[in-house]
Amino acid sequence: MSGIGTGYDLYPTTFSPDGRIFQVEYAHKAVENSSTAIGLCCKDGVVFGVEKIILSKMLVEGTNRRVFSVGEHIGIATAGLTADGRRIVQNARQEAKNYENFTSDIIPIHVLTERLSIYVQVFTLYNYIRPFGCSLMIGSYDEEKGPSLYCIEPDSVALGFYGCAIGKGKQEAKTEISKLKLSEMTCKDAVKEIAKILIKTVHDETKEKEMELEMSWVCKETKGKHKLVPKKLIEEAVEWVKGQENEED
Amino acid sequence: MELIESPLQDLKKEVSTGTTIIAVQYQDGVIIGADSRTSSGSYAVNRVTDKLTPVHDYIYCLRSGSAADTQIIASYVSYYLNMFSIEEGCLPTVKKAAHMFREFCYQNKQYLLASIIVAGWDEENGGCVYNVPLGGSIIKQPFAIGGSGSSYLYGYCDIHFKENMTEEEAISFVSKGITEAIARDGSSGGICRIATINKDGVKRRTIYGNELQKFWEK
Repeated sequence: MSGIGTGYDLYPTTFSPDGRIFQVEYAHKAVENSSTAIGLCCKDGVVFGVEKIILSKMLVEGTNRRVFSVGEHIGIATAGLTADGRRIVQNARQEAKNYENFTSDIIPIHVLTERLSIYVQVFTLYNYIRPFGCSLMIGSYDEEKGPSLYCIEPDSVALGFYGCAIGKGKQEAKTEISKLKLSEMTCKDAVKEIAKILIKTVHDETKEKEMELEMSWVCKETKGKHKLVPKKLIEEAVEWVKGQENEED
Repeated sequence: MELIESPLQDLKKEVSTGTTIIAVQYQDGVIIGADSRTSSGSYAVNRVTDKLTPVHDYIYCLRSGSAADTQIIASYVSYYLNMFSIEEGCLPTVKKAAHMFREFCYQNKQYLLASIIVAGWDEENGGCVYNVPLGGSIIKQPFAIGGSGSSYLYGYCDIHFKENMTEEEAISFVSKGITEAIARDGSSGGICRIATINKDGVKRRTIYGNELQKFWEK
């Protein structure tokens, strides 16, 4: 690794001669080391799925959360350093609550995304605080405006997506996502498709240990509230994926 | 310039909008009205005050209490409303404006003397009137009255208010109310300023002192 940005990569306060900030790019690498998270914007909501590698049989199921609620109506899925993700989510919760207290309205998702983006950017300015080593996907569903999905990277760029993947397997996942017809898909179907991508495409059974699926959604069915996908649905999705495998064999 | 004793004493008192303010919902929006006297004790500091203060394109506030306090709160709310509406890309609701007024009035209640009526039009809810009185509570009402002159109008409003009035009926309701309050309340006077707020925007008008209706007068 030495030699790539030697001398220009010590602090986020230094540009390289070809105009890059290496510390921020190294932060991206931290995200790429983590397991994959996927977000899909369907016709009636947004679904998140995270591939969680089970590090030890002693760990309780559902621990080490990677999806979080902000307010009742917004969900955030993280990839990268989970602790960094939790810090940004804490900030997001504060923003959402302050907005609600001040204006009596719930915070619109694009306003929250904008503010988080600005918050993340601050950490790319100084040499005594490091950039966040995590990417976030932010999703929400509104009766009138429909579903929205945004992704914030460590360099604070926030883009709106129909379907997005972050983490180790994001390239393969993005290829699979581009094959899906998202505008016609319901959230229940999306749960199955995400399970399929995470279990079959992204997760390498030979290299890595067992995985756990953590999924959440904000959709018409949950009346616009962000909730974890019911365990039954996840189990059915996993069964369906296994069934698909058998068919192809 | 020679100054006589008693006006000088008045000038030392706090400038207040001893006032009459009325806001009423009508079928297409809201009508708001106010008198135009700002007093400092018994000296009328301004006899042509404009108490109808815009905080956004379709949202006005009517100020009563300390002139300084209400002016600064209105400018804070106007600032935040503008910032939010640009961030969100849409016009703010009257509810949002009213809740912001409430936050300022309630959180700083020890320092302030401000009783404000927030009225305007938004697409979701049509015309809305919110009353944010002294303590910093907030209540949505079909019509609201405030200021020192409002004490003389409770009976009048209870008897004459109707839901879904036409614009002329509502303007008549408001202007007669202001006129009566000006006649009875020493801290209210001058001209009657009225504004109509609906989906077409804000239309302001003034009814001068000599045009105000004369009620029972010996």
